[in-house]
Amino acid sequence: MAEFTLPKNSVLTEGKTFKAPQGATNIRRFEIYRWNPDSGENPRIDVYELDMDSCGPMVLDAILKIKNEIDTTLTFRRSCREGVCGSCAMCVNGKNTLVCTKAIDSYSGTIKIFPLPHLQVIKDLVPDMTHFYAQYASIKPWIETQTPPPADAERLQSREDREKLDGLYDCVLCACCSTSCPSYWWNSERYLGPAILLQAYRWLVDSRDESTGERLDELEDPFKLYRCHTIMNCTDTCPKDLNPAKAIAETKKLLVQRKLG
Amino acid sequence: MDYRSPLAKVRGLGSAKTGTFHWWMLRVTAAALIPLSFWLITFLDLSIHAPYQQTVDWLASPLNTVCIVAWIVAVFYHAALGLQVVIEDYVAAEGLKIISVWVINLVFLFLAIAALIAVFRIVLVG
Repeated sequence: MAEFTLPKNSVLTEGKTFKAPQGATNIRRFEIYRWNPDSGENPRIDVYELDMDSCGPMVLDAILKIKNEIDTTLTFRRSCREGVCGSCAMCVNGKNTLVCTKAIDSYSGTIKIFPLPHLQVIKDLVPDMTHFYAQYASIKPWIETQTPPPADAERLQSREDREKLDGLYDCVLCACCSTSCPSYWWNSERYLGPAILLQAYRWLVDSRDESTGERLDELEDPFKLYRCHTIMNCTDTCPKDLNPAKAIAETKKLLVQRKLG
Repeated sequence: MDYRSPLAKVRGLGSAKTGTFHWWMLRVTAAALIPLSFWLITFLDLSIHAPYQQTVDWLASPLNTVCIVAWIVAVFYHAALGLQVVIEDYVAAEGLKIISVWVINLVFLFLAIAALIAVFRIVLVG
């Protein structure tokens, strides 16, 4: 059955509190999920009080400040710090986002930072993305053709056909959408989830690809595709303002069109 | 220890190559039930406020008989399709899932048959 309560070893406990330095006037409170697999202890919430007068504007700046100046044991992923690599996806105040492009000022009061929901946690804010990446590999995210490429030239695409990829190729695979989806929480073993389905659609509408039918065959499954119940959390949470729900709806329309059209 | 690769687990038994008809019929029955449910309000109003014979006579007119039969077929088909989705969402154990889907489909089939027989009985016998 779907699990609605946390297992005993996942129940949160109170952690340490790191007070703001003496004389700080512009203080912001950060509550951060901490779990160390080697300690054998339950996860805990550590509290960090930061002096915002000496902190950058983004949530990632605050996390880096903690790592650099307060608590070096805090573990997280980050790379590009400009919303392109998709590494720093976390759940901030209950909503998944890329912390590098999310301003601290867009929240009021305490900021609570958790790892992406419903993935195995490796340590602190680092979730295990193995299954997510395997799902991505399973949809064959590369061009498949029988026609050989033209000699000494690229495969051409009209401007109109190229525009169909806008809003699809921009996805950075941060997994904010998939891990915000209740259907993905309950059935991620089989349901591909919004991020992967958006990528599958990106190859369905690519005018240069010659395997649309086979791709649709692979997707036509009560679990892989049809666990999407148009909940729309994916589109609501996407830090790149993309619309995975629409891509999934368009895929369903292609399947109906293939049967009835 | 599970030595299967992550990709092998994801690909699993492969695609069932089905699900589109189920999803489409859920939408078709839902769309059909919008006008039929407005019609049903009239029928329920009569059932509650009008005498028995007047209600039966009204229901026996060809259009109304077609409407009630269509409503029964659409509503029980829609309910069975929809509840199957709920079971698939929340019941992970394979055995329990299959039995639950059977039970739901059979229960709604019997309910639909019973409702249709009741309609034909009162329309034809009075």
